[in-house]
Amino acid sequence: MNRGIVFGIRSLVQRLVAPVDMPLLLIAVLLILLSIGMMGSASPERLNTQLINVAVAIVVMRALAQIPPQRLMHLAVPVYLAGVLLLIAVALFGDISKGARRWLNLGFMRAQPSELMKIAMPLLLAWFFQKREAMPRLRDYGIAACLLLLPVGLIARQPDLGTSILVLAAGFYVIFFAGLSWKIMVGMAVSALAAAPLAWNFLHDYQRSRIITLFDPEKDPLGKGFHIIQSTIAIGSGGIFGKGWREGTQAQLEFIPERHTDFIFAVFSEEFGLLGNVLLLALYALLIGRGLMIAANAATLFSRLLAGAVTMIFFTYAFVNMGMVAGILPVVGVPLPLVSYGGTALVTLFSGIGILMAIHSNRMLVQK
Amino acid sequence: MEFKNPQEELERFRIRLLVAGGLVLVCFSLLLARFVWLQVIQHEYYQTRAEDNRISLVPVVPNRGLIFDRNGVILANDYSAYTLEITPSKTHDLEKIIDGLAQLVDIEPKDRKRFRKLLEESRNFESLPIRTRLTDEEVAKFVANRYRFPGVDIKARLFRQYPNGAFASHLLGYIGRINDRDLKKIEEAYQDANYRGTDHFGKTGLEQRYEFELHGLAGFEQVEVDAGGRAVRTLARTAPVAGNNLTLTIDAELQRIAEQAFGSRRGSLVAIEPATGGVLALVSVPNYDPNVFIDGIDTQDWKQLNESPDKPMVNRALNGTYPPGSTFKPFMALAALSLGKRSPEQKIVDPGFFVFGGHTFRDDKKGGHGMVDMYHSIVQSCDTYYYILANDLGIDNISRFMGRFGLGQRTGIDIDGESEGVLPSQEWKRKRFRKPEQKKWFAGETISIGIGQGYNSYTPIQLAHATATLANNGVVNTPHLVKYITDTKTGERTNISLPPGRDLGLKQQHIDEIKKAMIGVNTEGTGARAFAGAEYVSAGKTGTAQVFSLKGADYKKESVRKELRDHALFIAFAPAEAPSIALAIVVENGGFGAQAAAPIARQVLDYYLLGKRPDAPAPIDEAAVEEERE
Repeated sequence: MNRGIVFGIRSLVQRLVAPVDMPLLLIAVLLILLSIGMMGSASPERLNTQLINVAVAIVVMRALAQIPPQRLMHLAVPVYLAGVLLLIAVALFGDISKGARRWLNLGFMRAQPSELMKIAMPLLLAWFFQKREAMPRLRDYGIAACLLLLPVGLIARQPDLGTSILVLAAGFYVIFFAGLSWKIMVGMAVSALAAAPLAWNFLHDYQRSRIITLFDPEKDPLGKGFHIIQSTIAIGSGGIFGKGWREGTQAQLEFIPERHTDFIFAVFSEEFGLLGNVLLLALYALLIGRGLMIAANAATLFSRLLAGAVTMIFFTYAFVNMGMVAGILPVVGVPLPLVSYGGTALVTLFSGIGILMAIHSNRMLVQK
Repeated sequence: MEFKNPQEELERFRIRLLVAGGLVLVCFSLLLARFVWLQVIQHEYYQTRAEDNRISLVPVVPNRGLIFDRNGVILANDYSAYTLEITPSKTHDLEKIIDGLAQLVDIEPKDRKRFRKLLEESRNFESLPIRTRLTDEEVAKFVANRYRFPGVDIKARLFRQYPNGAFASHLLGYIGRINDRDLKKIEEAYQDANYRGTDHFGKTGLEQRYEFELHGLAGFEQVEVDAGGRAVRTLARTAPVAGNNLTLTIDAELQRIAEQAFGSRRGSLVAIEPATGGVLALVSVPNYDPNVFIDGIDTQDWKQLNESPDKPMVNRALNGTYPPGSTFKPFMALAALSLGKRSPEQKIVDPGFFVFGGHTFRDDKKGGHGMVDMYHSIVQSCDTYYYILANDLGIDNISRFMGRFGLGQRTGIDIDGESEGVLPSQEWKRKRFRKPEQKKWFAGETISIGIGQGYNSYTPIQLAHATATLANNGVVNTPHLVKYITDTKTGERTNISLPPGRDLGLKQQHIDEIKKAMIGVNTEGTGARAFAGAEYVSAGKTGTAQVFSLKGADYKKESVRKELRDHALFIAFAPAEAPSIALAIVVENGGFGAQAAAPIARQVLDYYLLGKRPDAPAPIDEAAVEEERE
């Protein structure tokens, strides 16, 4: 009887674990442990909430890991349409918070539909390219671009520069992996540079000032440059070995703004130094490497494109966030993936990991 | 239409994956390079900046030195109390915040006015007191509600206090909040760092003159602060060194008796120890309460003090200038002896007037004093004797001689802003007037100089100083208020540096003649009534200074408005054989010196020499008669 129970538990565990990719999970768990450690330093009072967020996100991951990519494909169009409709609803009826219209009050909860688009966008474009029977032609890329720019435009108007960049990047990765020709990409890059002055006119004042601040933060040391100056001081003063956990003066004396969310990397970097940074970069590199491997071995075009794009989302998050905190990219509201406080981003990112796991368990069975 | 080739497509996809992986590596390398730049190469710079962020040097204000009288009576001290202070730069709606505070602690319209005035004068980021001296109950009430008032704080501070209120205020002076002018002085003295936390500065009197002695050395605390500037903990502390204490030559009890002797009258008294020049009492009444200036006076009180016809803010002892009247005569007589123009026995005939250049100079005694020698000219205060003498001496001889006694010059007392007064001479007139016809000295102008009128105008401190010099047999000692300065750390006492006593080289025999005559004044002359029954021998001279010029008309006290009445003067020293005190008194619009000023001198000398305390202000002796008039 005892053996029966043990066997039953073991099979249950096996069934639970079966679709889970252990390397991905391990890396994610290490990052989460790091996040919990940093929360304990930067904002201990939020530790419990973040643990709940992690639990919810892991459940979502586990649920998505079980859904075969073919089923996901069916969801692509309705999820995308729902997302776009919600974004339009936000533009019309959304709540304003901190000067931006990002939230939709659904009565029982407040939702941020732009977050949904980070997954819905690559999902739809992957579906779109899967549906092309022939080699995609220029017209197909054009259509894909339109499908991408509609939600990106809506999000940028809220205004939410950070999320719109992430969604744009996520969609672009799909188009890139689908085989957009290098000539066109180079041409786009050149015309983008040429159009930059034009785009300047469409930016909000606060977005412009962020870009100005990036180039010369000391110009406004107590105003807009304050964040960047203080975070670079935190990183630089950390040195090679860091000041030690909860010993960072910049963090503990509150010189670092938003130190549990977007600027948590400054806290980490101050307390753990260059060695900590190398470890963090390595973890992200491993995560991305594992994701790209999964993409390389994915069974269908849809799976490949989706896996590649979802993986690169992690890269975008990590690079934009660390670049901004270290003062080489403008300040945009992008969290440090899996480390920053906040449930929404965590659920999105673990959804991505869940999708990667699902694609991995449905990979090509025949290996050459 | 090109059909898909799955194998080729997969290859192309994998190449793209490699490109993406390459992009990731390039971007991460870029980040790594940035981290190495910040954390290795620039580490020291950022380390310093983080430390600068974290550590703030907070000055610790030293306790201000105390002021004692010569017997150790405390005249200015410090006490610890709570103030309610607002930092205007951290608040939005000041009025609303003050209204809110008024519901917790007592804030009067006066406090608001004072605060507004402080606000106008304030330096940028300092916190300003809205209420001082909170009660314990008020402190508790505010602390419980502090969260409602960002930018408002209770501060425990040491406060300057003048425990006797309106007493000796003109000599002590007061401190007030630092203004731009004070800042300049601080910079000029290279004391900027030392004053970083200091709010107050000596504004007048001894508080001003000895500011840098009294202030002390600021201490410093290394404090760890958070981004909001709040202190988290103290890392290191250098204790401040309290300011040095001043011990004065002033006798507080004598000062009190002298002030009270004036009653409600305006005037000044300066008493000096002739052997040292130490000032025993320096009275200017009415006084004011210096305590009200410390944290800013409200506009209404200021207006009242400033516009009062009694001018309580003027230090009459140093800045009031008065014609000396007949108190000038002993010095005139001494000049005559010294210059060989008169012998003591030489007599003149006084018919009651002196005619010069068609102008009649009248004597106060109708019909004159008859035959008058030097002794009687002083005892009876005979004007004609001095009209003639002045004419014989000439203005420049008079001016030179009086200059040696310090008249018409700053005495060098250790309070700033002393007035010069006017010692008339030909040169003075040339410089004083613009029009050529006014620049010339007329011989007729010398005549009234002889009786201490005309252009003559001296401060009470000058008169007291000259009297002390006379009492001290012609040896000049610089008047001073501070006897010694005590270093609070070592307890070491340092006497203030003074020029050595300077002998004027007068003949003792001449001085003795004058002293004899001045003793006569108080025994058989104009001061005799005031000094009747005194148990010591004193020397004096009454004086009456014209405020209102009589153009030949009779002077009737009743018919002249009060503020145009004569000033009453008296100079004295005692005991006459070995003077321990010399003084000069001016009672503004007091009438005759014998009536108003001499009785004050009697009370002061009685206390100083015998310890006798009067039970009422000095009487006005209506029956006393100045020989100069009637």
